[in-house]
Amino acid sequence: MKTRVIVTLKPGILDPQGKAIEGALRSLGVEGVASVRQGKVFDIELDADDRAAAQAKLAEACEKLLANAIVEDYAIEKG
Amino acid sequence: MRAAVILFPGSNREGDVARALRQASGVPPTIVWHDDRALPPGTDLVVLPGGFSYGDYLRCGAIAARARVMDAVRAHAARGGLVLGVCNGFQILCEAGLLPGALMRNAGRRFLCKMQHLRVENASTAFARGYAPGQVVKFAIAHGEGNYAIDAAGLAELERAGRIAFRYCDAAGKVGGRANPNGSINDIAGVYNDKFNVLGLMPHPENLVDPLVGGTDGRPMFAALAAA
Repeated sequence: MKTRVIVTLKPGILDPQGKAIEGALRSLGVEGVASVRQGKVFDIELDADDRAAAQAKLAEACEKLLANAIVEDYAIEKG
Repeated sequence: MRAAVILFPGSNREGDVARALRQASGVPPTIVWHDDRALPPGTDLVVLPGGFSYGDYLRCGAIAARARVMDAVRAHAARGGLVLGVCNGFQILCEAGLLPGALMRNAGRRFLCKMQHLRVENASTAFARGYAPGQVVKFAIAHGEGNYAIDAAGLAELERAGRIAFRYCDAAGKVGGRANPNGSINDIAGVYNDKFNVLGLMPHPENLVDPLVGGTDGRPMFAALAAA
C-alpha cells in the first residue's frame, strides 16, 4: 500500500526556513505570497491488510519517530 | 570517576570531550559505540558529544536518540547516573525524552560559531558546583539548531524548579536582547532533568579547558564531574 504522511510545524513555532523561502519567492517576483511554512512529506510503502491497520501503523511511526510532538503535528494523507 | 563517551556516526567532538575528561580525572574515558547494548560496568558518567549524528537527518538528534545504546543510557539515568549532552548531545537527550523541550533552527538562520558568555543559573549540581551562582563564564558555541523551545507549562516548571543550568548573556552578565544568539526562549542555554543528574547544553565547555585555545572556563565542570 502506498501511503503518505505530512509533518508540519505547530502553529506559533518559529520557522526560519519558511521565512527565508517566503523572502526568496517575493524577491523572485512571485506575487501574492502571504506566508510560507516548510514541512516534510514521507512516502511510505506499507504492508497492511486494510486502511485501519495502515492508519494505526502510520500513527505509530509518527509518534515514535517521524514527528516530534513538542513542536510538530502530523497528518496521514493516504493510508 | 569512570566516564563513557558515546560515539554515533557523525559525532565529531568526542576527542575534545575525552581530552577534557582525561585532563580532569587522569583517566581517559571509554568510547562506546552507538550500537552497543551496554555501558562498561561501573560507569559513573555518560557523555553524548557534539557533532552531526546521522547527518542531522530527519531532525537533529532524532535518529541517534533511537540508537540501541540509548536504552542503556536511559537505564543509567534512571539509576541516578550522570549524563552530559553537549550541543548535538543536548539535541539527542531532548529527542530521547531524557530532557524536556526541543532545539529548533536558530532564529537568525545562521550557523553560529563563536565565543559566548553564559550565566551559571544553578551552581548546586554535580556538574556546576565548581562555579559560583550567577558566575559569568565563556564557552564556545557552534550550532545551527540551538533555539530552545518548550511549551508554557514546561517552561514554568523549569523556572520554578531551578532546572535552567545556564542562560546566554553578555560579558557583563546581562541576559536578553542581543546577548541571546539563537532565539532560545528565556535565553536558555542548558537545562537539567528533574533529578539534576542529566544536563544538556548547547555551548561547548570541553573546548575551554586550555589557555592555548582561549580560556579555561570549562575546566570547573569537568573537575566537579571527576570528583563526583
